[in-house]
Amino acid sequence: MSPASVFVCLSLTLLSDYPVIRVKPDHSGVVTDGVKHSMNPFCEIAVEEAVKLKEKKFIKEVVAVSCGPTQVTETIRTALAMGCDRGIHVEVSGKDYEAMGPLQIAKIFAALAKKEEASLVILGKQAIDDDCNQTGQMTAALLDWPQGTFASEVTIDGEKVKVVREIDGGLETIKISMPAVLTADLRLNTPRYATLPNIMKAKKKKIANMKPADLGVDMVSRVEVLRVDEPPTRLAGVKVETVDDLVAKLKANGTI
Amino acid sequence: MFTTINRRSLGQLPCLVQRFQSTLVIAGHNNNQLKAITLNIITAASKVGGEVTCLVAETNCAKQVADQISKVQGVKKILVAQHDCYKGLLPFWDGIELTPLILASQKQFNFTHICAGASAFGKNLLPRVSVKSQDTFVRTIYAGNALATVKCNEKVKVFTVRGTSFEPAAAEGGSAATEQVASPSPAGIDRPELTSAKVVVSGGKGLESGENIKLLYDLADKMGAAVGASRAAVDAGYVPNDMQVGQTGKIVAPELYIAVGISGAIQHLIIVAINKDPEAPIFQVAEYGLAEDLFKVRLSMMTRLDIVILKV
Repeated sequence: MSPASVFVCLSLTLLSDYPVIRVKPDHSGVVTDGVKHSMNPFCEIAVEEAVKLKEKKFIKEVVAVSCGPTQVTETIRTALAMGCDRGIHVEVSGKDYEAMGPLQIAKIFAALAKKEEASLVILGKQAIDDDCNQTGQMTAALLDWPQGTFASEVTIDGEKVKVVREIDGGLETIKISMPAVLTADLRLNTPRYATLPNIMKAKKKKIANMKPADLGVDMVSRVEVLRVDEPPTRLAGVKVETVDDLVAKLKANGTI
Repeated sequence: MFTTINRRSLGQLPCLVQRFQSTLVIAGHNNNQLKAITLNIITAASKVGGEVTCLVAETNCAKQVADQISKVQGVKKILVAQHDCYKGLLPFWDGIELTPLILASQKQFNFTHICAGASAFGKNLLPRVSVKSQDTFVRTIYAGNALATVKCNEKVKVFTVRGTSFEPAAAEGGSAATEQVASPSPAGIDRPELTSAKVVVSGGKGLESGENIKLLYDLADKMGAAVGASRAAVDAGYVPNDMQVGQTGKIVAPELYIAVGISGAIQHLIIVAINKDPEAPIFQVAEYGLAEDLFKVRLSMMTRLDIVILKV
């Protein structure tokens, strides 16, 4: 019995062009106005994996979900163009969006997964803005489902999922029962580019709209960002001409 | 007389409040050896103020690991949980979980803070624990390009700790009591572990093949260093993924970091860079830069270092 639906949960982040990251003068955050936003790279990998599973006929339907302001629908459209069947946009904006963190997002995803009876929830392992690496694990805990995090290979075997995980000591293979939560790591796959015909098809696919309150989720966050600072500046370095020079300098300052 | 007593009592108040803080550190180990980075986590935990308790869970660990922890300065108590089901330390395995053990410990001992190292193990487990529990912390965002100071108003704070940002606690001189608590997969290496090594030699795409990694291992062995790699080298298949250093790999903070054949994506901060391209961005952040072909440099480096280390 192949699982009914797979939920891919997406995050919108700044385009990864790090030299451009600037802290606001009032230290309230990072400058986001006028900076290009797109789907979080790890989420692209999650979408690709879900679409691949559908192409291999392991699952019937892929639903792309994202929480945030109107901008987020573009991200969902991209997922639809990559092959997802339908989308759900959970509208969060203003102060709620600024305070939104992994816990609030996990509550929304968990409520949705339960409501729509998902068999698999796939997320990117971390967002490249806050680098939290928490949402997937929190979603699994709220649902009391097993988790396969940092996945570099996913195979569906009947009612179970075999996940090869990238961990500190190398690779670990686990087998968990569905329904389950997976988080995608870098080497899981290479996401496809949406082709023009698929982008056109995506325009006709449905994106449902809802609010956190519709799912009974309260967006109160008990974690607040007090300030954001730049890391201490690094001083200019020294060019050396030869290895002897290098070893002499390292020895002189006591490093070796 | 009355005034002096009052002033003294007020002075004692912060200490009284601190005594009510209590942190649980989930110890990282491989069943008979405490992971060195746990000492750094213990330092971080003691900065919260209040007692530090360590939790050790696995199949056969009681004697060795608990013994090692009992000598660490700053640890008040050790909780030991042994059960076949904790083999491999999976947070969710056939219904019996590590998460319930931590939650049960929290209920019994009323910890205000629960932490673990920011390793694959800690990052996999702790967000799961947090859903079911000193409140201001600093964390990196945007791959370390900005620092966010966050305040947590939850009753119990759960967090992973970047061990390399804290000094290791002294491994001797402590005297912690061990307590058994009821209970409802890597190879040993001779080289130091990446996240706690004092010297790290890292290789990048410039190495051109997996065989050339041997150059780094030779150098590392001479220096007693650990070997790491950039994401590009891992993606190209030169080395396995557990050697990756950087934003989505391991965070290292050695006293000396040598980057060989790495061009320098901004997430790679280093001290010594060796790259044949003098325009490589890594030279902008290196403390010492040597624009030479790494294959030519290797031999001379080895000989020079030989002499230096012998002299020392």
